[in-house]
Amino acid sequence: MTRYYLPVLLLLPLQAVSQGPDGDDILRKVDQNMFAETKVVESRMVIHGRRETRTVESKSWQRGTDESYTEFTAPAREKGTKMLKQNDMLWEYSPSTDRTIMISGHLLRQSVMGSDLSYEDMMDDPHLPNMYTAAVASEDTVRGRRCWVLNLAAKKPDIAYDHRTVWVDKERFVLLKEDLYARSGKLLKTVDVREVMRVKNRWLGKSVLYKDVLKEGEGTEFFSDNVTIDVPIPDYLLSKASLRR
Amino acid sequence: MIRFLMKGLLRDRSRSLFPILTVFAGVLLTVLLQAWMHGVMSSVIQSTAHYLTGHVRVTTRSYANEADQVPNDLALLGIDTLIAGLRRDYPDLLWTPRTRFGGLLDVPDAQRETRAQAPVTGIAADLLSPASPEGRYLDVGRAIVRGRMLRARGEIVIGDELAAKLRIGPGDTVTLMSSTMYGSMSLTNFVVAGTVRFGIVAMDKGTVIADISDIQQSLDMANGSGEILGLFADDIYHEERATAVTAAFNGGLRAADARAAEGEFAPVMGTLRTTSGLSDYMDTVSFYSVVLIVIFTVAMSIVLWNAGLTGSLRRYGEFGVRLAVGEAKSHVYGTLLAESVMIGLAGSLLGTAVGLGLAYYTQRHGLDIGSVMNEATMMIPNVVRAEVTPVTYAIGFLPGLLATLLGSAISGLGIYRRQTSELFKELGT
Repeated sequence: MTRYYLPVLLLLPLQAVSQGPDGDDILRKVDQNMFAETKVVESRMVIHGRRETRTVESKSWQRGTDESYTEFTAPAREKGTKMLKQNDMLWEYSPSTDRTIMISGHLLRQSVMGSDLSYEDMMDDPHLPNMYTAAVASEDTVRGRRCWVLNLAAKKPDIAYDHRTVWVDKERFVLLKEDLYARSGKLLKTVDVREVMRVKNRWLGKSVLYKDVLKEGEGTEFFSDNVTIDVPIPDYLLSKASLRR
Repeated sequence: MIRFLMKGLLRDRSRSLFPILTVFAGVLLTVLLQAWMHGVMSSVIQSTAHYLTGHVRVTTRSYANEADQVPNDLALLGIDTLIAGLRRDYPDLLWTPRTRFGGLLDVPDAQRETRAQAPVTGIAADLLSPASPEGRYLDVGRAIVRGRMLRARGEIVIGDELAAKLRIGPGDTVTLMSSTMYGSMSLTNFVVAGTVRFGIVAMDKGTVIADISDIQQSLDMANGSGEILGLFADDIYHEERATAVTAAFNGGLRAADARAAEGEFAPVMGTLRTTSGLSDYMDTVSFYSVVLIVIFTVAMSIVLWNAGLTGSLRRYGEFGVRLAVGEAKSHVYGTLLAESVMIGLAGSLLGTAVGLGLAYYTQRHGLDIGSVMNEATMMIPNVVRAEVTPVTYAIGFLPGLLATLLGSAISGLGIYRRQTSELFKELGT
């Protein structure tokens, strides 16, 4: 009897090793690394359009994943434009018209300030474990960092990207690269984290290149110039009243 | 001789009435259809030129490739210099900048929140410069239903149906939500100066019209426009001249700098035929005009041939007697042809006169086809009109005459088959 079971017993530890870590566990660790209770970010978007390169500067206040307030500070044409996200609602305030417009329906697919990011990207729940199930596909090296390559499949049908392939730094649990796909399997966007930074005990993307594959141009570089986390954000800043302030 | 033949025709109605009626009907239909087809074709071309493409259109090369999507991110920049050059080099055309745009028209409530929204397509044109020809082309003043034409910056006119749908009117403030040429969302407030009805389904569904300077600012398009339209001063599309101007402009750019001329933002000119998508339509209409004339001539010839054969049978005895008393066959045949010319002339004159009368009537009053054009995307007016041209006067006349002559010529050949030696025998029976 032992004669038959011994080879099987010997193989069991090998099988455990080859299975590696669970994809969902890795995704949860990514989530723990990336998300703070509150975050204030001063950023620049350098938009390499088909015709010219423009830089848009902004400051954002984020509380959890459902509330955020962004004020654009440059260039002059966009200065004073504000965006407010509350749960699944998004408003934009335009100072030149003194109008607050709710962004919904097909407007969500429009580009934010002409960048490679859409309003829909801003509305997606950034907690990947809430939206996707993950499976480890392989291992790879990105910018000298060893990564898990995870295939993410959507849990719900109504999210912007039906599946994603993400490259997760094995030690820092920060995403270094993403390919975002439509349900049809068509590649829609790529995200390339070119530089990471340490903020408190977290690793965050400092310079990220977003590329809408369906759009002409060289993509949008997003620079997080100044990030502070876990700082108090007053309630009034995350209310609609703040838009016309 | 002519008088003698005329008397014969008038006294023997069976020889003249049916053939004249046949020619009359055929000529009338040809005249009316030609005027109608030409009128519809002219309306479509003129509306397309005025509202969409001009007689020639300058855009960037990339814009031309994607013109259906109105890609304002590929708009022309530095248009002041470009237009000045076009006016200098091609003074027989009037040059004017245009930008077509899309977006949402948002109507605020008392709290400045959205009360109503509707998708719109817009035309931005030079409507405020005193020397601009746009007043004539867009003819907004004539189309005003309520309010007035825009007189100052910050004003727009909108489709009357759209205004009713959004429950707004002259004096109300609306916000145009669109995209700048760099892809940012743009919000711009406008005061509704008036509401318009163009009588073109494709325009009346949701059109807004604004001054180009406002849209340049709104879409972040300083000294830019999506298109520059060129229209001939007499407002008629001269295809050969348009093709020549286009070839000269595009060739000139290539000669100056071949590489730059191939760049995606290099200006490129196209004619109405190539830029409007009407090429097939124009060819089809021209083809069917010819087909119509050919069918008419052939069909009428066959009918008149048949009528001639019947007449010949009836006049079998008459021809026999005439040959028996020594009249030459060629003379009998000749008189038959002369009679047919008279019949043809009478029928054609009558048909042309009545056809022209009806054509002038439809040219003046038109025919409202709006109810069957609900889903139309072509620039065709709701009321289409015939158009009488010099060709209309001649188009039925010659085929009418020719068909009668041809019918008689074929049926009359039987005269030559009669044997003089058999005539008395035939007449005796």
